[in-house]
Amino acid sequence: MASALINVPKTAKRGDIIEVKTLMSHIMEPGYRHTASGQMVPRDIITSFTCRFNGTEIFRTDLFPAIAANPFITFFTRATGSGKFEFEWIGDNGFSETASASISVE
Amino acid sequence: MRFGRVIAIATLVAADLVSVRAAEIPQAERRSGYGFMTADTKVMQDDDTANPGMLWVLDGEALWKRKLGAADKACADCHNDARASMKGVAARYPAFDKALGRPVDLEQRINLCRANHQQATPLAYESRDLLALTAFVAQQSRGIAIETGGDPQLEPFIAKGRELFMQRQGQLNLGCGNCHDDNWDKRLAGSAITQAHPTGYPLYRLEWQSMGSLQRRLRACITGIRAQAYDYGAPELVELELYLMSRARGMPVETPAVRP
Repeated sequence: MASALINVPKTAKRGDIIEVKTLMSHIMEPGYRHTASGQMVPRDIITSFTCRFNGTEIFRTDLFPAIAANPFITFFTRATGSGKFEFEWIGDNGFSETASASISVE
Repeated sequence: MRFGRVIAIATLVAADLVSVRAAEIPQAERRSGYGFMTADTKVMQDDDTANPGMLWVLDGEALWKRKLGAADKACADCHNDARASMKGVAARYPAFDKALGRPVDLEQRINLCRANHQQATPLAYESRDLLALTAFVAQQSRGIAIETGGDPQLEPFIAKGRELFMQRQGQLNLGCGNCHDDNWDKRLAGSAITQAHPTGYPLYRLEWQSMGSLQRRLRACITGIRAQAYDYGAPELVELELYLMSRARGMPVETPAVRP
């Protein structure tokens, strides 16, 4: 039941700097821990986050152990035109989630 | 003569230091844990797209509509839209259950509903699904003043909870009131000692990197004073929850809160 929370302004003026906020649900297991019997708990993290605007990649980050469970990633971008932001999170054990948000620019 | 007076004063001072003042916090001085947080953590709680607790609320909303159990019923089949039917409910919990003859908290109420009406297996304490449903239900009361404890049948249980709150226990021989009534304006190892008003449960604790219930918080505190923690669902924990909620009467529900 992974789910994402996205905060993108619904409208903006052309040329405005806008903030894009994303929160993804994920437990994070850093891969450094052991069970009581000494077995390594396998790593389970989100490894990559990408944002595309109208199909063009505008933001990408690689994630590593010990960033956070439920990573909150925000960045700024310039509003160039109306369109759709598409977000993608990829992680260990085949984790893959997407979300999208639209903006209308005058 | 003079020596005697010095001893008397010294005894008085010593007595004041060791006794639990048992002075309850005046109404005007009550503060939610929110008031003790840094600006950054406050911003996180206030913005629903930055508050990780909202992830559980969204999950809870999906679960609310999911049919399950032998009865093949969803919560929504009886209670309809939670925005109307669950408004103010969490502000009254723990509440007295007639069939059991004792108070039950919100998690227990959800599990009773599952067992009796959905004919489904109860959810485990602190499981994601139980926290999600509880958070979703409690969020419908956000901003509503807590009114737990109005029911006269609860009086003996509130009294028991209060007794537990004042009771010194564990290897450190501390009662809850030693910190949360007497020293809430001070700090413990760099962290603010709060007044223990459970206004935002279940809440997202940064230390836990997860949502957690009030029972989890109470068990952590009891372990902290090196006493044996009660099991999840124990009547003692529910009585403590009940006392704390009735003590916070009039303060607004914040669920899902964020705490450090």
